[in-house]
Amino acid sequence: MGEVDVRNTALHDVHVEHGARIVPFAGYAMPLQYDGIMKEHARVREHVGLFDVSHMGEVWFRGPDALNVLNGLITNDLNRVGDGRAQYTAMCAPDGTIVDDLIVYRFSPEELLVCVNASNRHTDVAHMREYAQPGATITDESDDWSQIAVQGPKAAELLGRVFGAEAAQMKPFRIASFSYEGVRVLLSTTGYTGEGGGEIYMPNAIAAELWRALLAAGEDLGVGPAGLGARDTLRLEMAYCLYGNDIDRTTTPLEAGLSWVTRLQKGHFVGRDALVSQKEAGVPRKLVGIEVFEKGIPRQGYEVLAADAVVGHVTSGTKSPSTGRCVGLAYVAAEHSAEGSELIVDCRGRLRPARVVATPFYSRT
Amino acid sequence: MAENPDDRTYTEDHEWVQLDATEENVYTIGITHFAQDALGDIVMVELPEVGDNVSTGEPFGAVESPKSVSDVFSPVTGEVVAVNEELEDSPEYVNDSPFAEGWLIRVRVESASELDGLMSASAYATFCESADH
Repeated sequence: MGEVDVRNTALHDVHVEHGARIVPFAGYAMPLQYDGIMKEHARVREHVGLFDVSHMGEVWFRGPDALNVLNGLITNDLNRVGDGRAQYTAMCAPDGTIVDDLIVYRFSPEELLVCVNASNRHTDVAHMREYAQPGATITDESDDWSQIAVQGPKAAELLGRVFGAEAAQMKPFRIASFSYEGVRVLLSTTGYTGEGGGEIYMPNAIAAELWRALLAAGEDLGVGPAGLGARDTLRLEMAYCLYGNDIDRTTTPLEAGLSWVTRLQKGHFVGRDALVSQKEAGVPRKLVGIEVFEKGIPRQGYEVLAADAVVGHVTSGTKSPSTGRCVGLAYVAAEHSAEGSELIVDCRGRLRPARVVATPFYSRT
Repeated sequence: MAENPDDRTYTEDHEWVQLDATEENVYTIGITHFAQDALGDIVMVELPEVGDNVSTGEPFGAVESPKSVSDVFSPVTGEVVAVNEELEDSPEYVNDSPFAEGWLIRVRVESASELDGLMSASAYATFCESADH
């Protein structure tokens, strides 16, 4: 790793104080875990966890036609949400494959914030600038912002204690400005865990102070840090896609189960023609939830078989900490993608029975 | 960091090998504290069956954390005479007690010379310090 330029987030010293195991991820030194993935996972499911997600990128679209310019780059339709709302979407290349998956925050039709994956930041901005119609300026402010995700059943209460009652009462997928010690921060009720709570966007200068304030304010709520390891097991239990694992430049939103954020009727957007063609021709493979039985954990790259033929491959998998089930996401040929389809996963030479199951893999009730 | 017991020998793959007190040429094999700490929470252990043969330097099983799967390499050649069946329901023993309750398999070797070249506890501790950097 010596040759790679690895940057620290504004919270690096805090992670070291917590005794985190630090790993390079998407060009940043990030906390993989603090006191163990299982404990941190349970902390988020049962109480509230803090994640440093400052590696995520922040790209602003501003200008008289900002909404329409951005809408021409993404698969979802920003006209379907009002101001102050968040929307999940894919952004495709002309061939319909996924450049990135994004959360877009609509402050107004003239000002929108896009949260991009860290590993795609530079590719995304280059893609946006290449394909954007005139009428908006695109500004990559990723280096100026830190981000803390506050997730768990106690997260809303904690956010209320730090930012005021209004913060605790926000409905899901909203964004609003709050003041912390005189500094403007953005709070969105979004996340990547399936739990309530939100993500706080703040200037780097106050990140460490705000992290400590959240820990102090939530001591009786069971608050504690959670790392990238737990972030991955939590998102996987919800069957949320991870770019680079489950979606990339070889997969389309229709294959990835993202039809619900792909609005082919909204008018032109980059990749639309290819997606319309794929839909008409029939989507050849689908990303599905699988469960493996008889002691096998599906892992990225494992082959999926039906009878003796390879019909797909696993893209993510783990032993779900909340349920104990061995679950994963896999692309399988469309004819084997229906819930209940019987499959086999080749777990390092051991053939384990598996089945296509409903997602999410975990639900509170 | 927990002490490495000096009643056994160690490999560069972070396994330990201990001569059985009661049975001749039978060795118990596990992974070290250093190994389990590096792996994180262990949620599944894959072991061979009694009667299987294992070979020096070849994987005989695997330990899995939420994020990864890691081979466990056999430090000896011989026949598996026991596997730790407790780990099926309680893989966390490998984290909590790597040198005792978290043992993996017992192997009958053909000759004790198999163990030549393995490290003492103190040599292994030095090895870990250099590997930690």
